[in-house]
Amino acid sequence: MQHVKANNGASLPAALEVSGVNHSYGQKQVLSDISFSIAPQRFTVLLGLNGAGKTTLFSLITRLYSTRHGAIRIFGHDVGRETGEALRRLGIVFQARTLDLDLSVYQNLSYHASLHGIGRREALSRIKSLLAQIDMSDRLYDKARSLSGGQMRRIEIARALLHRPPLLLLDEATVGLDIRSRAEILTTIRKLVVTDGISVFWATHLIDEVEESDHVIILDKGRVLADGRVDEVVRSCGASSIREAFTTLSGVASVPAGGER
Amino acid sequence: MTLQSATGPVPAIERGFSARQYLVCLKGILTREGLRFLNQRERFISSLVRPLLWLFVFAAGFRQVLGVSIIPPYKTYVLYEVYITPGLCGMILLFSGMQSSLSMVYDREMGNMRTLLVSPFPRWFLLVSKLLAGVSVSIMQVYAFLAIAWFWGVKPPWTGYVLVLPALFLSGMMLCSLGMLLSSMIKQLENFAGIMNFVIFPMYFASPALYPLWRIQESSPLLHKICLANPFTYAVELIRFALYGQVDWGSLMLVVAFTILFLGGAILAYDPSTGLLGRKQDTGGNA
Repeated sequence: MQHVKANNGASLPAALEVSGVNHSYGQKQVLSDISFSIAPQRFTVLLGLNGAGKTTLFSLITRLYSTRHGAIRIFGHDVGRETGEALRRLGIVFQARTLDLDLSVYQNLSYHASLHGIGRREALSRIKSLLAQIDMSDRLYDKARSLSGGQMRRIEIARALLHRPPLLLLDEATVGLDIRSRAEILTTIRKLVVTDGISVFWATHLIDEVEESDHVIILDKGRVLADGRVDEVVRSCGASSIREAFTTLSGVASVPAGGER
Repeated sequence: MTLQSATGPVPAIERGFSARQYLVCLKGILTREGLRFLNQRERFISSLVRPLLWLFVFAAGFRQVLGVSIIPPYKTYVLYEVYITPGLCGMILLFSGMQSSLSMVYDREMGNMRTLLVSPFPRWFLLVSKLLAGVSVSIMQVYAFLAIAWFWGVKPPWTGYVLVLPALFLSGMMLCSLGMLLSSMIKQLENFAGIMNFVIFPMYFASPALYPLWRIQESSPLLHKICLANPFTYAVELIRFALYGQVDWGSLMLVVAFTILFLGGAILAYDPSTGLLGRKQDTGGNA
C-alpha cells in the first residue's frame, strides 16, 4: 500500500491508488496499464478527451465493473476485496444524471442516506444542512423533475457528500451547464479540499478547469500520458501552458477555448 | 453556493455495518419502490385491468365452454372464474416481476441503477432488498384484485386470504428473481418486447392458470410435459391450494428450488467479478 504526504505533512495512505489496471470490452482495449495515486486532501484532475477512458476508469473505481487486471485501493482498502470499506469512503457524482425524476429532492437524498445506513432523523438533519449551504432549502419537497440542470447537479453533489466521504469522485460534473453554474460548482468543490480536507478526483475534458496548483493526470486512448503537478507536466513537455502540453501529448491539432475538440 | 460547513471535517469511519444499518438500507429501498409505485397510479390501474378483463370478460365467455370437474383443492364443482382466479393472481405476480426487471433495465440505462450498485452494502443484500420491494408491491396488487374478485362471486374461505400470503411471497420472489436474472441479460430497453413474447406469454399459457393440467394432458401430452417443466405452473398451484387453506408440498418445494436457482443466478449476474455487466458497455457513460 502506498503512503503519501498530505497537505499538513502527515504520512497517510493514498486517497486513491490505481496500479497496473487494464480493461477491455471484448477485443477492444480501453485502458492499458493505468497506474497513479492521488494524495489525500488534494484536488486532482483527470484530463482527457471524450473516449479517453475516463468513465471506464470511474466504473472500475466504483466497482460497477470488476478490475480483472491490476488493483485499485481507496485509503488502503482494495476495491475488489474490501468493496464495502472502499465504497463507504467514496462520494460519487456520475456524468449522467442519476436523480430519480419522479421523486422529490428529499426523497432522493433520503434514499441515498439509507443506502449508506444513515437513519431518517440523522439524514434529515444532514439534508437540511446541505440544502441550506447550496441555497436550495426551499426546494426540499419539489420533484427532481422540476429542477434546472445546474440545480440537479448541485443536488447530486450534496448527495455525494451526505455520507461524509473523504474522497469525492466527479465525472464530467460540469458538462451541459452554463458558465456561471460551472464556475460555482468548481469553486465549491475546490473549497471542500481546503476547508474539510476532502480529496477530490475531478474528471474533465475542459482544460480551463485545470489550475496551476492542481495535480493533473492526462489520459489519452486508455493510457496515462502525464502525471504530476501542472507546472511539472508543463515543464516536462517543454510547453508554455497546460493547454499546449495537453495538445502536444494527446496529438490533437489544437484545443480551442473550453478544451473541447 | 458553499458546502464548507455542511460536511465538516472528514470524520473517522467505522468498519462494517450494524444490523440496524442493514434495516435502514432495506427500509430505504422498500420506501423508494413504494413511492415510485404510488407516483405511477396508471401502473397500478393497468396492473389490475389485465386480470380483471380476464375475469370479467374471458371467464364469463368461456364459462359454458370450459367445464371444470372436481379436482383438489376444490371440494365441489366450481365456476370457471373461480378456477382461473389463482392463475390470475399468478399473472399479476408474473407481469409485475417482469415489470420490475424492466425498471431495472430502464434504471441501468438512465443511470439510476448506479446509485444502488455503488452502495457499500453487499451487492447480494441490495439485490435481495430490491426483490423484496418488488414483491411487496406485487402482493398489494394481488390483494386489490382479490378484493374486487370477491364482489364478482369469487369467495375463497377467509383463512385463504391469510394463508395465501406466504404462497404469494414465495411465488413473487421466484418470478421477480427470474425477472432480475433476465434484466442482467438485456442490454437495451427495446429488447424487452422479446421477453414479453418469449418468456411471459409462453409461461402464462403453458401452465394450469387457464385450464387444468389433466385437460392439457388429454389434448396434448407434449404440451403437458412443457407445462410440467414450467416454473410458473408450480407458482399457480401453490397459490391455488393456499387460497383454499391447503399446502401443495410438491409445488412448494419446486417454487423454493426455482427461487434459489434464479436468485443465485441474478446475484452472480449482477456481481461485477462474475457477471455479465462488466463485460458490456451498458452503464450509460462514455468510454
